[in-house]
Amino acid sequence: MEFSTFVFYAFATLLLAGGIGVILSRNPVHAALFLVLAFFSGSGLWMLLEAEFLAISLVLVYVGAVMVLFLFVVMMLDINLDQLREGFWKYFPLGGLVALLMVGELVLSVMTPRFNHLGSNLVPAPEGYSNTRELGMQLYTTYVYPFELASVVLLVAIVAAIALTLRRRKGTKYQNPAEQVRVRREDRVRMVDMKTEGQGEAS
Amino acid sequence: MAELQAFFGAAWPLVWALFRIVLIVLPLLGAVAYLTLAERKVIGAMQVRKGPNRVGPMGFLQPIADALKLMTKEIVVPSDANSFLFVLAPVLIIMPAMAAWAVVPFSPELVLANIDAGLLYIMAITSMGVYGVVVAGWASNSKYAFLGAMRSAAQIVAYEIAMGFALVGVLVMSHSLNLIQIVQQQTGTLGFLQWNFVPLFPLFVVYFISGLAETNRAPFDVAEGESEIVAGFHVEYSGMTFAVFFLAEYANMILISTLTSIMFLGGWLAPFSFLPSGMIWLLLKTSCVLFLFLWSRATFPRYRYDQIMRLGWKVLIPISLTWLLVVALLMQAPIRQLPIINIWFH
Repeated sequence: MEFSTFVFYAFATLLLAGGIGVILSRNPVHAALFLVLAFFSGSGLWMLLEAEFLAISLVLVYVGAVMVLFLFVVMMLDINLDQLREGFWKYFPLGGLVALLMVGELVLSVMTPRFNHLGSNLVPAPEGYSNTRELGMQLYTTYVYPFELASVVLLVAIVAAIALTLRRRKGTKYQNPAEQVRVRREDRVRMVDMKTEGQGEAS
Repeated sequence: MAELQAFFGAAWPLVWALFRIVLIVLPLLGAVAYLTLAERKVIGAMQVRKGPNRVGPMGFLQPIADALKLMTKEIVVPSDANSFLFVLAPVLIIMPAMAAWAVVPFSPELVLANIDAGLLYIMAITSMGVYGVVVAGWASNSKYAFLGAMRSAAQIVAYEIAMGFALVGVLVMSHSLNLIQIVQQQTGTLGFLQWNFVPLFPLFVVYFISGLAETNRAPFDVAEGESEIVAGFHVEYSGMTFAVFFLAEYANMILISTLTSIMFLGGWLAPFSFLPSGMIWLLLKTSCVLFLFLWSRATFPRYRYDQIMRLGWKVLIPISLTWLLVVALLMQAPIRQLPIINIWFH
């Protein structure tokens, strides 16, 4: 067996194990950590395909940022497992149907002749080929408008999310750093001329 | 060399790679040990104390005594703690701190892996360090540890954005993600004036401050916050498991300092063009940045939590975004041929 085949199977096994762990673990924190494992193995597979930019950005974005926030939220949830499992059999038929449909779609798309041809006519990249540079060129020249549109959609999503959760509460206490920095001595200290009290007694 | 190669046969590439990894990690661990001593000495001097001076001549054996003490102590796993994750957390935190060194170049030839996406690799690997902190805080089954983990997660996510944008500025300057090319782009007849910290000064400052925050160093050490939450995320750890957290923090400090030197201070380049370049300059620059780390710990009081968030989101990110725009504009053809600007943008 070639070394890269071995690495492929190692990562693929880890990826599947991680995926199964996500749905089987009872503790949501464990599930999130399994998902991190799955992402990481997926990134390893991409690295094997010499798609280093995609592989590293998968780790950077999903493992380094998205999953941290996920974990952050999941850790603070107080989840009652019994309540979650209550309606399992009621929802099972619908869930099973959706799962079957998805499996069917996947099988259909993998079976198409186009999909199978993809692998056979790939030429290996020449020496010194930087796929980061190529991706950048494609994104910012050929596909610049779709790319910018996608980012605008994301921006709208951010604004919407903030607008939905932003509540102005009355009477909250907060500090204004600009004001704090601008403070002068005269605003806080008042010098008073007065006679010394109780002269001669205290000593 | 040839005999060795023959002796190991097909396993030679593996053995050779392992050997070079050891060659990086061992000096790193030595540097970590003596950085702890340096920290205590420097802060001692700043507070007009002597610092450790009992173990060995001038206290030089102090780190070894500390290591021995920590190794012989018992590792306590708290009751009801998730013992697997509890033990896994220190591993999760030390792994990125070591793995990031794979692409750090010490001189044009001296690098473990000279890869094109080096900068991206470093950003990806260092962003994983937060899992160690978060998992440690959660698995400890302690409220203090959990609070520390929460603080750390929010803080690291906030500062990573500013840090990332500062690095985008660097890669705009050098047209490359390769760390060796990033250093070589800073070469010039004007010596240190052509290093990235001059044209990218705001980004340099943002990077250093974010580096302090990312490594949980004072004044951003709310994840530990001794006076509020005892020791934060590692409050339940003892003995060697605690030592691993300590090691990772210092290894990360050295990493950030080295990266600052490589990306903003010209790496192994000499400050004046008539001096020969070499690894010694990188080590010197790294030591200077490390001194800044220690200096800020001795000088600044700890930030309040909301002030940290404000600084990250409302100050550092807008500054780095603005300067990124300025750099991008200066890179454009008509302006970059003007007399002074063409020193840096060519």
